[in-house]
Amino acid sequence: MNFSVLQFPASNCDQDAVHVLRNVLGHSARFLWHKEHSLGECDAVIIPGGFSYGDYLRTGAIARFSPVMEAVQAFAANGGLVLGICNGFQILCEAGLLPGALIRNRSLQFRCEHVFLRTVTADSPFTNQIPADKLLRVPIAHGEGCYFADDETLAGLRAKNQILWRYVNAEGEPTETANPNGSLDNIAGICNESRNVAGLMPHPERASEAILGCADGRLVFESLVHACQSKIQAAAA
Amino acid sequence: MKAKIIITPKKAVVDPQGKTVQSALAHMGYHDVGAVHVGKYLEIELSGSDHEAARKQIDEACHKILSNPVIEDYRFEIE
Repeated sequence: MNFSVLQFPASNCDQDAVHVLRNVLGHSARFLWHKEHSLGECDAVIIPGGFSYGDYLRTGAIARFSPVMEAVQAFAANGGLVLGICNGFQILCEAGLLPGALIRNRSLQFRCEHVFLRTVTADSPFTNQIPADKLLRVPIAHGEGCYFADDETLAGLRAKNQILWRYVNAEGEPTETANPNGSLDNIAGICNESRNVAGLMPHPERASEAILGCADGRLVFESLVHACQSKIQAAAA
Repeated sequence: MKAKIIITPKKAVVDPQGKTVQSALAHMGYHDVGAVHVGKYLEIELSGSDHEAARKQIDEACHKILSNPVIEDYRFEIE
């Protein structure tokens, strides 16, 4: 598989993402600077975490107007797979590729800790390899991760099965104390209606190897690889 | 000319900053203080002289990038 990992000024999880894709999963992954106008040969795009453009104005607000994001818009409109992690999720919401917005954590604190996630559905290119009863233990590190959407949007997300991950406690229950940032409905990640664009606040790329204490995040990337392979096989058939 | 823009969180959006400021004010003895909303203020200098054209441009910029219509409202004056 060929992955493109975007780089904006102040992206800081780009190296981690490329490391997992190349060295852990053995795929081809390249960095793509924000001034690029084309994605080139690419099966899937990862928009990594960080603080693009210093989070000025709003998180992701300026990054979404960079040349590379125009290419991502066209790629996504054509069914291309796009995963935004943390700041990448914020950028996708600002770009209108995902509904809703990410606002300041309700506690006003930057939260940097491990959380548990329940995968709500395996019916997506980002979750197809995650067993239904498996809780993912992955880290979060954000100050603006409180997912907000108006009532109508939230109802649409639920009805169309677009909520992919929820914050839960160790027993798998979506309680208020398990919610680290005040997100509506304990939402940690969603996908678009066409299910080819997804974003999540937690960092699967920081938890994809046993040496880092937890490898649950790997399942997200393995799902993406599986989806890419199925797509290529379908195109060849 | 100059555009003076005020951006505030929408009423339906939880505003933890506003709530924290409100409780700090109450704690300090300002008991008549009600809901507080923390927003942003921007000043943009404009080189043209066509008031109406500037208004149109700033409105577009507010909608496109300066505010996020999902979570924020904006208003502005051109001076």
